[in-house]
Formats: sequence, C-alpha cells, structure tokens
Amino acid sequence: MMNNQGRPTSADGAASTNETGFASYTGSRGLSQVEGLIYEIGDTNRTGVDLPEVEDFDNYLGGMERTAEIGLAGLTEPEAMRHYTRLSRKNYAIDLGLYPLGSCTMKHNPRLNEKMARLSGLGDIHPLQPVSTVQGALDLIDTLAHWLKTLTGMPAVAMSPKAGAHGELCGLMAIRAALEASGDARSIVLAPESAHGTNPATAALCGYKVKPIPATKDGRVDLDAMKEALGPDVAAIMVTNPNTCGLFEREIIEIADAVHAVGGYFYCDGANFNAIVGKVRPGDLGVDAMHINLHKTFSTPHGGGGPGAGPVVLSEALAPFAPIPYVIAGEETFELVEHEVDGGQSFGRMTAFHGQMGMFVRALAYMMSHGADGLAKVAEDSVLNANYVLASLKDVMTASFEGPCMHEALFDDRFLKDTGVSTLDFAKAMIDEGYHPMTMYFPLVVHGAMLIEPTESESKQSVDQFIGMMRHLVERAKAGETERFTGAPFNAPMKRLDETGAARNPVLRWRAGEDAAE
Amino acid sequence: MSVYYSEDHEWINVEGNVGTVGITDYAQNALGDIVFVEVPEVGDEFAKGDEVAVVESVKAASEIYSPVSGEISAVNEELEDNAALVNTSPDGDGWFFKIKISDESELEELMDAAGYKAFIAGLE
Repeated sequence: MMNNQGRPTSADGAASTNETGFASYTGSRGLSQVEGLIYEIGDTNRTGVDLPEVEDFDNYLGGMERTAEIGLAGLTEPEAMRHYTRLSRKNYAIDLGLYPLGSCTMKHNPRLNEKMARLSGLGDIHPLQPVSTVQGALDLIDTLAHWLKTLTGMPAVAMSPKAGAHGELCGLMAIRAALEASGDARSIVLAPESAHGTNPATAALCGYKVKPIPATKDGRVDLDAMKEALGPDVAAIMVTNPNTCGLFEREIIEIADAVHAVGGYFYCDGANFNAIVGKVRPGDLGVDAMHINLHKTFSTPHGGGGPGAGPVVLSEALAPFAPIPYVIAGEETFELVEHEVDGGQSFGRMTAFHGQMGMFVRALAYMMSHGADGLAKVAEDSVLNANYVLASLKDVMTASFEGPCMHEALFDDRFLKDTGVSTLDFAKAMIDEGYHPMTMYFPLVVHGAMLIEPTESESKQSVDQFIGMMRHLVERAKAGETERFTGAPFNAPMKRLDETGAARNPVLRWRAGEDAAE
Repeated sequence: MSVYYSEDHEWINVEGNVGTVGITDYAQNALGDIVFVEVPEVGDEFAKGDEVAVVESVKAASEIYSPVSGEISAVNEELEDNAALVNTSPDGDGWFFKIKISDESELEELMDAAGYKAFIAGLE
C-alpha cells in the first residue's frame, strides 16, 4: 500500500489514467514512472550490501553508544540509483528547456566550463594542501579577481563569500567595520521596495534597522522619499540595479552622491549584473560594495552542487576591511594570506577557506571564452531577448511599466481581470505546456506580478516558441477555459498542490504506517 | 465605539482607550490564504507605525504596523493554531491584538469607513 502522506493527487483520483482511459497496474504512465519514498522501496529488514557480522568490541563511548535500531531503509545499488534517477526525471532543468524564472538568470552553463572544472589540477586539490602545490589554482583566483575588478571598475574584491546573500553580508560587514573604525557607528539601512528581498534581511542580520523607500509609478526608487530618509544615522543604502522590475535606476549617480553626502555608503546588489556587464562599470556609478553572483552573470550552475560563489567588489574606502583569507601575487609565487597582518583592519573570516574553487574555474572559463567584447554581447543579448518577449506579449498581456526593459520583462495580472484565472493558475498551466513558470507575485510593487527572464542563452526560435505558448494560454484564459487553469497542472507527475494545507499542516517527516488520508 | 482604518489596511476598533486591531477584508483578500500570524506580547509598547506583528500567506510575508502608539493589553492566541481566522473573519474573530492607546489624537490621522472605502477604490 502506497503511503500518501502529504501527497496531492488529482481531485478525481485518476492520476494514472491514460488517454484511452485505462489505469495501469503500476500507476506509471509509460516512461513517467511513479516513484515512492525511499522508505517505501526499501525496508529496514534488508540491506543492499553484504557485510560481515560485527564482533563485540570495546569502545570508548562510556555507555553512550546507540542501542536502538537506526531504521534506515536498505536498498540495493540499482534500487538506490533508479530512485534518484527517476526523481531527477520529474525535475525541470535548463538542460530541458527555457527557464523563464525572472530575477534568477537561469542561463546555460557551457560544457566547456565543466571540462575545465574537472581538470585534475583544479578539481582534485584540497584547500589544506601546501600552497606551493596549488600555485596554479591561486593564479586562477588572482586572475578571476582581476577580471572582476576590471569589469566593475572597482579596486578590490573579496572572493570568499559563498552566494549572493552571503556577499551582501560581507559588504555590509565591511561597511559596518569602516563606520566603527571611524567612531561613527550608525543604525539605519535604506532599502527600496524594488530591491531584492535579501537586502533588508541582510541589513537586519547585520543589526541595522531597515527603512523601506517606496517606488515611483515608473518602478524606480523614489528619489525625493530617499533624500527625505537620509540623515546622519544612515549607514548605507542598498540598491539593486537593474532593479527587480527589470528597470535601470536612471538616477543611480544622484542616489550615490546623496548617500555619500550624509557620510553613508552605497551598497549595490549586483545580482542583475548580467544585464550590464561589459557596458556599465559600477565603480563609475559611485558604488562602495557590490556582490556578483557568479552563477547568474558568469554561468556557473545555480547552487553549484554545493556552495555557490558571491565575490564582493569593494571601493578604496572599504578595501582595508575585506575578510581574510585572500590571495596576493608575490614576485614569483602566489600567497594565501590566512591571518590579518599587524595593524590590519580586516573584519575577520566569513568562510573556512578561500572561496568556492569549482565556481571560480567555471566563471573564469566563461569570461575567457567570451572575452571582454563577448561579455558585452551577453548583456546586449539578454536585454534584447527580454525586450523581444515584452514587445511580443504586451498587446495581450499587461506590461507594468512604460518603455523598454533591461534583462527581464514584468507583467501584472490586469489582463486576467474577470477571467477567473489568477497569476498562480496561469503559472500552473505553463507546466502543462512543458515550461517552468516565470517568477510570480514578485516584485511586490505590482499586482499579481509575472516576471520573465529569458536570458541570452535562448535562440530566437526558442523564444518564439515560448511567446507562442504564452499567447495561446492568454487566448484560452480570455476564451473562458477557466478550468484548464484553475485545475492545472494536469500533465505533471504531481497535480495541483494544496499549498495552504502544506503550509498550515506541514508533514515534516515520514513515519511508518501513517497516512495523511486516514 | 468607533472603527478607524489605516493606509496599511489595518482597522482599529476603539472602545474607551483600548483599540482592537486587525487587517481589513481587502488586505486578507490581497494576501490570499494566511498560514501564520506572529502577534506581539502583552505589555510590549509600540509607537505608531512600528512593526507590531507579522502575517504570512502562501504568497508573501507582510508586516503589520501599529496604527497608534500604546501598550499591548491582549493578543488573539487563537491565531497561533488557526491563522485561517484572518481569512474567514478579518474584522471579527481574526483580530490580532488589543492596544491601550497612549495618544488618542493619533486616531484623527486615520480614515473612517467611508474614507477607507474611497481609498481602496483608488487602488484598483
């Protein structure tokens, strides 16, 4: 008996009925195989490997050793392998199709990057190896740092942060250290409504009080409101540029000047650097600190199969406070500075080691294979693709703001008015069409937001097919085929989830013999 | 007894010098199914505009701002187990907290029912 804990099924219970109407014995639909939880496949009474009986032996645990059964399911190797392979086939991935998740920059990771990352001298080394044996790796980190500084026009970079939000934390910690070093600890960080959600979270984690700045009607920072909020207690402003509405903050230099005028720092969220790389140098805009998500701009895999990488470029004023460790190029060799020198002002260490090597290799491979002119082309193509989507859909969907966008196109739900279809329903219907939905209900500044970011990875043919699919769905929604949306997805391995039930009564662990339906 | 409304979609029902605060039907409708509510503790003091509670729906987490300054005199403990009350009865059983109002003149900055109705009509 299949344990159905926490599992949604279709309302009519006909999840496994195929087009001809018969139900299969296994519940599978051809190659769309039903897969149970790992505890349902294996059980605790068997094991996939033969191990000799363990003889009694003395231990040093002082009677603290576990005597109860561990209760892990025993599976054979093919069972374990099939389990995860079958699960992976239910996943959507950039390797399967266009991934329009706005704000996430789901771009293709060129296979050249993977080849480079697997080179033995880069892939099989250990952070605790003697520095003399990893000179090539340190050279690579130093070269990547050089590229990042050049592309951003900034004098320094901290390589160790493991992700975008970690980079934000690094930047704010550097700002706090700089302020405290000058005896001017402040308490407020300004965060516009069009900023990434992690910005206010980072500021709060750093101990600052967050003051939101409203957006204008055209989706940008309200400059007057910002100036009003500025004062001697403002440590920094965190601005995402291009912002989460997919728009360039045109008054960015005025924002920087204004915050500098009151002695605060300008943190730029560089998550959307993809849209401006090779075109705009943040250092020229007055930025003091900015993180770069290597996975978004330089095509490393999201999450990286482990920690990601979010290096932070720093201005002259903040550079002395950068975290350790860092790489310096000596006359003949590269060195890894593990301890702050006497009198140094580093705010400390954020990670055990120097950063995420696998991501560094992929990012540098991407940069070097594109070259400086190629990276500018990346920005152009990502903006072109997004504007093509915007221009091709705005006659049937409602664009939230006038004029062209940057790397992502933002729509709201006005076009669905009186159709009985919500943004959520529309997104679910996209799954039936074989697409991952776009980002929805974000940014919060527009109603029922749909944020589409095709990225530069997609060919015109691929974007055209996506546009065609979207226009088709809009047409169906307006034609009154409401149920096709409100009940969607119908073709996915799992049907419509009860999101409210999942959040109100979450089932957080599997227990033998329990069934949510009982 | 009279009810006032804020631009952040809270209502406050004033009896004597104590106001009962919740979110409006418009707000619960915009938020969608509410799954979690974090209320303040009795005795906590807030200034008008302070973040006083958090409401999480399937769509987003939002702060609730205190419509007036004062001290919390009671909280709706029912919401801990049954956040859905905010959806089913936003202006009744889904109340969040009661606050002892320290400056009644602040009520004058809020809207009455007709004013709020016009305010949300302007948001459509």
